[in-house]
Amino acid sequence: MVREERNIFKNIDWITVGIYLLLVLFGWMNIYAAVFNEQHDSIFDLSQRYGKQMIWILVSILLALIILMTEPKVFNAFAFFIYGLSILSLFLVLFIGKEVSGSKSWIDLGGFDLQPSEFAKIAVNLAIARHLSSLNIRMEDLRTRITTFFLIGLPVILILLQDDTGSALVFTAFIIVLYREGLSGNVLIIGGLVIILFILALMVDKWIIIAFLALIALIWFSQIRKNRRDIVSLLGLFLLVAGFVYSVDFAFHHVLDVHHKERINVLIGKEVDLKGAGYNVNQSKIAIGSGRIIGKGFLQGTQTKYNFVPEQSTDFIFCTIGEEWGFIGSVLTIALFIILFIRILNIAERQRSAFSRIYGYGVASVFFFHFLVNIGMTIGLAPVIGIPLPFISYGGSSLFAFTIMLFIFIRMDANRLQLL
Amino acid sequence: MIFIIAGVIFVLRLFWLQIVDRSYYFSANNNVLRHITQYPARGLIYDRGGELLVYNEATYDLMVIPRQARNFDTLELCGLIGIDYETFRERMKKIREYSLYRPSVFEKQISKEAYGFLEEKLYKFPGFYVQPRTLRKYVRPIAAHTMGYVGEVSPRICEVNPYYKPGDYIGISGIEKSYEEALRGIKGSRIIMVDVFNRDQGSFQDGKYDTIAVMGKNLYASLDMKLQEYGELLMTNKRGSVVAIEPESGEILALVTSPGYDPNLLVGRVRSYNYNILAKDSLKPLFNRALQAQYPPGSTFKLVHALIGLEEGVLNLQTRYGCAMGYSSGPIHVGCHAHAGPLDLIQSIAQSCNAYYCNVFRTILDNRSLPNQAAGYAKWREMTCSLGFGSAFDSDIPNLVSGFIPKNEYFDNIYGKNRWRFLTIVSLSIGQGEILTTPLQLANLAATIANRGYYCTPHIIRAVGKQDDRQEKFQQKHSIPISRRHFETVVEGMYQVVEAGTAHYYKMDSIPICGKTGTAQNPHGKDHSIFIAFAPKDNPKIAISVIVENAGFGATWAAPIAFLMIEKYLMKEIKRKDVETRMIEGNLLSN
Repeated sequence: MVREERNIFKNIDWITVGIYLLLVLFGWMNIYAAVFNEQHDSIFDLSQRYGKQMIWILVSILLALIILMTEPKVFNAFAFFIYGLSILSLFLVLFIGKEVSGSKSWIDLGGFDLQPSEFAKIAVNLAIARHLSSLNIRMEDLRTRITTFFLIGLPVILILLQDDTGSALVFTAFIIVLYREGLSGNVLIIGGLVIILFILALMVDKWIIIAFLALIALIWFSQIRKNRRDIVSLLGLFLLVAGFVYSVDFAFHHVLDVHHKERINVLIGKEVDLKGAGYNVNQSKIAIGSGRIIGKGFLQGTQTKYNFVPEQSTDFIFCTIGEEWGFIGSVLTIALFIILFIRILNIAERQRSAFSRIYGYGVASVFFFHFLVNIGMTIGLAPVIGIPLPFISYGGSSLFAFTIMLFIFIRMDANRLQLL
Repeated sequence: MIFIIAGVIFVLRLFWLQIVDRSYYFSANNNVLRHITQYPARGLIYDRGGELLVYNEATYDLMVIPRQARNFDTLELCGLIGIDYETFRERMKKIREYSLYRPSVFEKQISKEAYGFLEEKLYKFPGFYVQPRTLRKYVRPIAAHTMGYVGEVSPRICEVNPYYKPGDYIGISGIEKSYEEALRGIKGSRIIMVDVFNRDQGSFQDGKYDTIAVMGKNLYASLDMKLQEYGELLMTNKRGSVVAIEPESGEILALVTSPGYDPNLLVGRVRSYNYNILAKDSLKPLFNRALQAQYPPGSTFKLVHALIGLEEGVLNLQTRYGCAMGYSSGPIHVGCHAHAGPLDLIQSIAQSCNAYYCNVFRTILDNRSLPNQAAGYAKWREMTCSLGFGSAFDSDIPNLVSGFIPKNEYFDNIYGKNRWRFLTIVSLSIGQGEILTTPLQLANLAATIANRGYYCTPHIIRAVGKQDDRQEKFQQKHSIPISRRHFETVVEGMYQVVEAGTAHYYKMDSIPICGKTGTAQNPHGKDHSIFIAFAPKDNPKIAISVIVENAGFGATWAAPIAFLMIEKYLMKEIKRKDVETRMIEGNLLSN
């Protein structure tokens, strides 16, 4: 049975679109407050960031409309082609890229700086969805795992070459997608344990941890049957883990760059350097903390208005929200995001096509990663990694990329009833 | 699930940051609010005629905010304020170490002229701006010690007194010190908001919490500027002091110490340099002789003996003692000059007979109504101290010294209890020996006698704030427990000193002056020349003490200088130009 499909607007998920519009407009307001300039006090002033953001929003809506007009089969059919284009642009940026604050990840398109790494997320998402939705593909196969990790790994390496660690880290979000598609939970648990051990190795003296591990091994040893094979594997495991702790310690002190080390130290509370690496986080916490319950009011935030918080319109935009809208505004913003994520997952689960479902999970994962790291960073729960808050942060490339990513999914969803 | 957990963690964290922990709120205020001190102008000082003595002159501190000071012609700036490149670099280094974002003083107290040049070019030097301050300026180069000086507050004072912040000015000596609280005014405060580069972003809440600086109170000094200036002129090239008091009120008319210095030397940037030079000068120009030097009073103290003898009844107008070139008793001999004899009381003052006062002092100690000489001495000491000797006045001039009138215990310690008697301390009879007095105390003695039995604490400031508000605490009269008629007797004696006695050489016909000469022997060389006086004899308007160090007889230098001062004050002009010229040109420093 085929339904009327001429008017796709009837099938659009308006809740998602509504949340999208709310976030984008709220972001625009906060950009206005964050970089408010008395000489140019109109929010429509095109010489200021708020004026430019307005243009980006209008362009985004235009892009969204174009996507909604597009036949959804195109995304499936051109998934690898788009992936290829994206990889090409990531290559290109290495040669013709423009360097902004340490990262060579921009291409100057005459007035508009395009950031290919933002669009790479869409491409990777499409490619994974296409790859995993193919026939005869099962996550249990080693081959599948390798090809999938290759699809994700290639752009990551290229982005790392641009010195844009933050954007590269975003791609770890796709692990959630893989988990949904059958990647063993053990992989995630081991991964989690490795991260915990990694952090512990940085915070506590390595010999204490190794002694503690030895204690666990002894207790474990007392619980198992004492056959030779178990003893050997337990000993092997212990040596492996101890070696890991030791090498993390070594790597941290001898391999990592000074500024990476500082950021990690600040995060784990080992170092309080309020003028250097800790300055941003401290000022950001001051901004948000000084907002109290109801905030200082629109345009009244002193921390952000007088530039105490750096990058207050891009990566640290949440400071403006926390300072001017207080606890209430911050919680509402967080709630809006959570609702959006849950909504996307619900939509993904109702998809009949695997391609759309996998793609939907990818969208939610990427958005969630941005949300988690960005807000976590501003309130001192995550390391300072320069990635934007979706829809809220200033920036054309990121807004376009997030919009395209979301609306491709909305377009797919609008078509869910027609399987082919 | 994982989304909700993350959301909850974020909300809890926000709850902690925004609601539980208040410290971020204060940190935000610290970031953005700057309390800017508004410095009040220091109070002005006027003389008794209402003429301005001390005022404020604008000066400018060149301030710098290192963070903003970039991309300018360093050498041009060095040239404008007259420093070399090395100095510039060292200063900037120190300032940067203090703070990159807060303003520091780069160059203190730039003169008006230099500021004129600098102001036009200041736009070329980002991060530099000029903050106006005030410096003291003295209309005439007089009364330096009395006025005192103002300087930057010491770190120690900042610690104990929260009013002062480093870099503030404070009165360090003289009346600048004793009237600091009235003069300094009330600092104002303006709260402004700044951005991360410390740029002014306007006042906080439209200035709701700002306070305006209140100018310091003006002081109305009792000094007579013309008399002070004349006194300093007369004391040129002499070491010593002149203290003139209005007897009735205790107001100090002139307070001259010589050698002195121009008070403008100890102002602003040149202060520490000049201070060092003055401090090392062998003539000790920084030493305020009028208040702090202690001299044996010499024969002027015979007036004290006479008053006490009369009051105790061991002496009367008719008492006569012979003098054979001095007083002799056993091995002791106190010499005297040649004069007719025997003398009565009036003549003994007029001729300043040493033998007479040895006898008077002996009869005071021998007072029959008292058990022994020690008791007699104690009584004498008590009455002497009632005249203002032996202790410092509770006045408004800082660092007064007390002089010295020995207690019984002092002699007990030296000679043993009951092992000393009149002959042991006979030199006290003629104001020598252990007695030490300050020129201010001697002037006060003259004022007390002029008042016939009382004095008001000598002071330098008549009124604070309003010209007619006389200071209450200096209105109080200190009565002397000696009857008025005895004072009249001594006044007559002092009148004869000038009419026909030791000081008649420079006698002035126009004004009836009462005085007493003194010649203080001292271990530092030639005798000090001392003269105390008041005039006119009836209804006196001025009491004075003059001490010229190492100048010989009281009559030679101190007396004529006192006469000239009296004439200047009462008649406004000097008739005896020859005497005046001789006194001014007399150079007692060259030998």
